[in-house]
Amino acid sequence: MATAILGRKLGMSQVWSDDDRLIPVTVIEAGPCVVSQLRTMERDGYEAVQLAFGDVKESRVNKPAAGHFAKAGVTPRRHIAEVPLGEGETFKLGDEITVEGFEAGMHVHVTGTSKGKGFAGVMKRHNFKGGPGGHGSHAHREPGSVGQASTPSRVFKGTRLPGHMGTDTVTVRNLEVVRVDVEQSLLLVKGAVPGGKNSLLTIRRA
Amino acid sequence: MDKIRALEQQQLREDLPEFGVGDTVKVMYKVVEGSRERVQPFQGIVIRRHGAGARETFTVRKVSFAVGVERTFPVHSPKIVGLEIVTHGKVRRSKLYYLRDKVGKAARVKERRH
Repeated sequence: MATAILGRKLGMSQVWSDDDRLIPVTVIEAGPCVVSQLRTMERDGYEAVQLAFGDVKESRVNKPAAGHFAKAGVTPRRHIAEVPLGEGETFKLGDEITVEGFEAGMHVHVTGTSKGKGFAGVMKRHNFKGGPGGHGSHAHREPGSVGQASTPSRVFKGTRLPGHMGTDTVTVRNLEVVRVDVEQSLLLVKGAVPGGKNSLLTIRRA
Repeated sequence: MDKIRALEQQQLREDLPEFGVGDTVKVMYKVVEGSRERVQPFQGIVIRRHGAGARETFTVRKVSFAVGVERTFPVHSPKIVGLEIVTHGKVRRSKLYYLRDKVGKAARVKERRH
């Protein structure tokens, strides 16, 4: 029973609930993960557990990573992430974590990396209204005024402007687990989660 | 993707008859009213089938008291108790949106006979 597990977003679908309602779900291939390192109070000053997840070709693993996995006594994995330890939990190196720790009806927090939007304007990035579409206006998607005049003669810090958007770490909280498929390591979570298909997700108990 | 397809495969219903755009169908739809459940029939012409797999839907149009009514059902919905094909229609397009602009006799679809 772990408080968290790593997974891969497979995509979205829908399932029928018991009372015949359609539920939009995200299908996540969660685990199996292995414990590849332990953070202890004595050595690291905090308690946590490092999980490793995903298949990787042995030949694709560089020597430092291979050594790291060999030390833990597990086969190399593609992704590594650290998750905090739940209360009263103890793990050994090499322990396997599967979706069995999750069950339908419980709630989870899902963390992932959002899709990159590139350099985005203020309408997309900050939900500005933009200017009028016509009537002689040319300011269709412009931000408008960003400040005052010769006083203060500068743009205030924190003013919302165009810039890079997306590729942020985003957590969606309290999503309901609709179904757990232990056989295929699938987790069906109600609603959308950040990131594109095949992106790495961390699923924590709410 | 394959795992999602497999997941959706389980939800497909095989028990309903095959029907297409232009067919006149009678959909027996389960309606829950408070604690009571009853079956509500909805009869009309199928004007569209949309999507694929478990997410496929179809839209039935009928004219009720001179008002056009369209309802969209998921093809694989467990709420569909039964589906009966009243007549097969002979149509030349996949979406019969033109029926919305027709009234009376013009809003008919030719029947296909075998």
